[in-house]
Amino acid sequence: MPNSPVWDIAIIGAGIVGCACAAAAAAAGLRTAVIESQTPGGGTTAAGMGHIVVMDDSPAQFALTRYSQLLWQEWAPELPQGVEYSRCGTLWLARDETELRLAVAKQQAYRSQGVPAEMLDAGALAAAEPKLRPGLAGAMLAAEDAVLYPPAAAKFFLDRARAQGACLIQGECAALAEGGIKLRDGRRVAAGEIVLAAGAQSTGFMPGLPIAPRKGHLLITDRYPGWLHHQVVELGYLRSAHSLAEDSVACNLQPRLSGQILIGSSRQYGATSAAVEPGMLARMLQRAMDYMPELAQLSSIRAWTGFRAATPDKLPLIGAAEGHPHVWLATGHEGLGITTAPATAALLLAQMTGTPAAIPAAPYLPDRQPETGEAHA
Amino acid sequence: MPVKAAAQIVVVGGGPAGLAAAASAAECGKRVLLLDENPLPGGQIWRAKNGTITAEAEGWRQRAQAAGVEWRGGRQAVAAATGQLWLEHAGGVEVAAWEELILATGARELLLPFPGWTLPNCCGAGGLQALVKAGLEIRDKRVLVAGSGPLLMAVAAFLRQQGARVLLIAEQAPAGQVAAAALHLPPAKLRQAWQLRRATRGVPFLAGCWVEAAEGRQQLERVRLRRGVRRWSLECDYLACGFGLTPNSELGQLLGCALTAEAGIAVNRWQQTSVEHIWCAGEAAGIAGVEAAWRSGEIAGYAAAGRQERTAPLLARRDREQQSSQRLLRRLAPRAELRALAQDTTWLCRCEDVTVGEARPYANWREAKLQTRCGMGACQGRICGAAARFLWGWQINAARPPILPARVGTLAQAAPAPSISTEVTV
Ligand SMILES: Cc1cc2nc3c(=O)[nH]c(=O)nc-3n(C[C@H](O)[C@H](O)[C@H](O)COP(=O)(O)OP(=O)(O)OC[C@H]3O[C@@H](n4cnc5c(N)ncnc54)[C@H](O)[C@@H]3O)c2cc1C
Ligand SMILES: Cc1cc2nc3c(=O)[nH]c(=O)nc-3n(C[C@H](O)[C@H](O)[C@H](O)COP(=O)(O)OP(=O)(O)OC[C@H]3O[C@@H](n4cnc5c(N)ncnc54)[C@H](O)[C@@H]3O)c2cc1C
Repeated sequence: MPNSPVWDIAIIGAGIVGCACAAAAAAAGLRTAVIESQTPGGGTTAAGMGHIVVMDDSPAQFALTRYSQLLWQEWAPELPQGVEYSRCGTLWLARDETELRLAVAKQQAYRSQGVPAEMLDAGALAAAEPKLRPGLAGAMLAAEDAVLYPPAAAKFFLDRARAQGACLIQGECAALAEGGIKLRDGRRVAAGEIVLAAGAQSTGFMPGLPIAPRKGHLLITDRYPGWLHHQVVELGYLRSAHSLAEDSVACNLQPRLSGQILIGSSRQYGATSAAVEPGMLARMLQRAMDYMPELAQLSSIRAWTGFRAATPDKLPLIGAAEGHPHVWLATGHEGLGITTAPATAALLLAQMTGTPAAIPAAPYLPDRQPETGEAHA
Repeated sequence: MPVKAAAQIVVVGGGPAGLAAAASAAECGKRVLLLDENPLPGGQIWRAKNGTITAEAEGWRQRAQAAGVEWRGGRQAVAAATGQLWLEHAGGVEVAAWEELILATGARELLLPFPGWTLPNCCGAGGLQALVKAGLEIRDKRVLVAGSGPLLMAVAAFLRQQGARVLLIAEQAPAGQVAAAALHLPPAKLRQAWQLRRATRGVPFLAGCWVEAAEGRQQLERVRLRRGVRRWSLECDYLACGFGLTPNSELGQLLGCALTAEAGIAVNRWQQTSVEHIWCAGEAAGIAGVEAAWRSGEIAGYAAAGRQERTAPLLARRDREQQSSQRLLRRLAPRAELRALAQDTTWLCRCEDVTVGEARPYANWREAKLQTRCGMGACQGRICGAAARFLWGWQINAARPPILPARVGTLAQAAPAPSISTEVTV
C-alpha cells in the first residue's frame, strides 16, 4: 500500500482506555489511528459497571483514581446525555461497630487528601437508602463518586478523537512489525509509536505481560425509579482475608439513570469461558440480598460477564514497554479502567510527549519494581 | 431452598412437539418431566378458549399421562446450564436436573415495523387470537387481518367465529405466488385451506396487499393500505398483523447450540442439536407447521431415550412435511417494499424507546445495542431483534440469562453452599 499514511501513533484497542488515549493524542495534534477488531467499547468496557470511584487499596491507587475522577468532573459538562453521567455518590456500608471504625479511618484518609467524605449513622443511612436491611451500623458517603454508561463514554472519546482527525481502523492486530503493526488480514499500519490498549487481551498480543484475566458477573434489573439512590458497596472486604487466588463476591449495587439497578459483583481467576455461571451468579445475588432483601422480588432482565485485566499489585501498566522500543502500554486496569481511563490517557501522553504530568507516573510504569501491595488506608 | 426436580429427560414446551416428545420418551421407559409456562399443555395451536385444551391436545395428554410423563404447568424456564434448568412459577422457583434435554419451545410471531405499529390495538395476528382466547371481547369489532402466511386465514376464521367483523385479509405476497403456493399444497392441507376460506366467506382476501401505516390519536383508528399503485385507508378497531413465525431459540443459544440461517436451533436427522444431550423438536428448530412439529417431537423423544431404531419409520413423513412447508414459506417471502416502510421516527424497540433512525447508523446488532440500548429491555430483543434482522440483515444471536424476565431471588437459588470470601469488587 504505497499511499497509506504513516501515523504518529497507532493504538491497539478501542475500549475506553484506547479511546481516551486517542482523544488525548488527537488533542495534542498527533496523527492518531485506533485499531479495533470488534466493536468499539464492546470489550470489557461494555461489561463494566461504570462506577467512577476513588479507591484506597494503596496510595498510588488513591492518587490515580482521585486524579481521574477530577478529570471526569471536567468532562462532565460536555458528556452527551447517552453517557448517563450522574454524581450519585458511594455509600460504603459498615455492618457492625468494627466495620464502622474502619469506615471512620477511611473517612479520615479521604479527608487528609482533600476528598470529601461524610459519616452516616444507622438512622441517616436508613433514611438515605430505605431498602437496606435494618441493623447496619452506618456508612461512609463519598459524595463525589459518580456512575456512567461505559460504552457511550468510550464512544464519546472516540468521536472526539475523530473530530480532531483521528481514524478508526477496523481490523485485528496480529503482530508488531518494523515501523508499525501487521494486521491479521495482511494489511500494515505504519506508525511512529504504538500503544497497546487491548485490555485483558493484551497478553495475547504481547505474552509475558503480568496480566491475568479476572472474570466478573453482573446482573441488571427492570426499571424501578427511585428504588436506589447511591452506589452502595459493602466495606466487608477490609475485615475478610484479601485473597488473590480465591473466588469472591461482594455486594455492589448501582442505580442507573433509567431506574434500573445493576447488581454486582464477582471475581474469579482462572475462568476462561465467558458464560454466565449460575452458581457464581447465585452467590453474588445472595450477597446483595443479604444487604437489600427486597432485591429478591425485583425483576431481572439480563446477566453477563466480563474479564478484568488484573496485575499482581492491582495497578495499571502505563508507560513504555520494556524491551520494545516505540511501544507503550495502557492496560492492566482490573476493576477500575472506567474510572482511570482519563488519567491513563493524560499520564501516557505526558510521557510520550515529554511534558510534565499532574501526578507522579512512577507507580504505574510497566518496569516498576513489583510491590507486595498490602497498604490499606 | 428451591424445590428440586429431576428426571432423565426434561422437555421444555408442551405444544405439539413437546407433548409428542414427552410421550414417546416415556413410552421407552424413561422418567420424563414435561413443563410449559402455560397452565395447560397444547402450545400455541391446541389452546382453546378460556383455559381449555382441544381434542388433539387431550389425546396427546392422555397418551403422555398413561406413559408416566410428569406434567408441570405454569413454569417458565428462565435460565439453563449443563444438566440444570431454572424454572420460575407464581409461587417461587424450581431447579430441574436433566440428563437429556428436549427443547420444544415453539415459535413466536414475526412483527415488522411500520409507522404506527406500536399504537394500542395493533397486534400480531396470532397475538390478537391469543388475546381473544384469553378473554378479550371481540364481538362486533372491526378487524383488519394483515401480514403474511397461513396463519392469517386461520386467525380470520377464528375471529369471525367469535363474532368479529373481519373487514379484509391482506396477504403481502403477490397473487401469483399465493396461487402457486396453494397449488403445491398436499391434499390434506388444501382441504384445510378450503375449509378456512369457507369459514371466512364474504371477507375479501387481497394478495399483494400490505399495511403501510397505522394511524390514530390515542389508539388505532385507521390503517393505510397499499396494493400495487393503489393506496387507500380503512377505518378499524383492531389490526391483526403478523409476518409468519420466528423460532424461540434463546434457551438453545444459552446452552451453546448452533443456529440455522433462519435463526432456528440446528438439528440433525434425529433432532439432535450441536450440543450433546440436547435435542430440539418442533418450530424452535424451524417453522414447518403443526404436523411436522409433533412428528419431529416423536423422533426427538425416541432418539433422546436411546431408541433411535424406532425413528426409522417416522423420518420420511417429517421430511415431507418440512419440505412442503418450506416450499410454501418461500413463496410467501416478505417483499422488499416492507423494508422501506419504517421511517426514522418509527419505533424499533418499545422497551427502551429506540427509533429505527437511531439504530440504523450502526454496523451491527451488538453496536446498536450498546449505543442505543435497543433490545436491552424486558423483552430482550425478541421483537426488535427479529425486526432488525429483517431490516438490515443483522445477525442476532447473543441470548443472555435470564431469557425471560425473572425475579432476582430466582437466580439467587441453587448455589453450592456458600463459602464466601468477600473482597471489594468494583
Ligand atoms: C464486572 C465488571 C465490573 C466493572 N466495574 C467497573 C466499575 O464500576 N468502574 C470501573 O472503573 N471499572 C470497572 N470495571 C473495569 C473496566 O470495565 C475495565 O477496566 C475497562 O473497561 C478496561 O478498558 P480497556 O479499554 O482497557 O479494555 P477493553 O474494553 O476490553 O478494550 C480493549 C479492546 O481491544 C480490542 N482488541 C483486543 N485485542 C485486539 C487486537 N489484537 N486487535 C485489535 N483490537 C483488539 C478489544 O476488542 C477491545 O475492544 C469492571 C469490569 C468488570 C468485568
Ligand atoms: C401466536 C401463534 C398462533 C398460532 N396459531 C395457529 C393457528 O391458528 N393455526 C395453525 O395451524 N398454526 C398456528 N400457529 C403455528 C402453530 O402453533 C405451530 O405450527 C405449532 O404449534 C408448533 O408446535 P410446537 O410444539 O413446535 O410449538 P408451540 O405450540 O408454540 O409450543 C411451544 C410451547 O412452549 C412454551 N414455551 C416456550 N418457551 C418456554 C419457556 N422458556 N419456558 C416454558 N415454556 C415455554 C410455549 O408457551 C408453548 O406452550 C400459531 C403460532 C403462533 C406463535
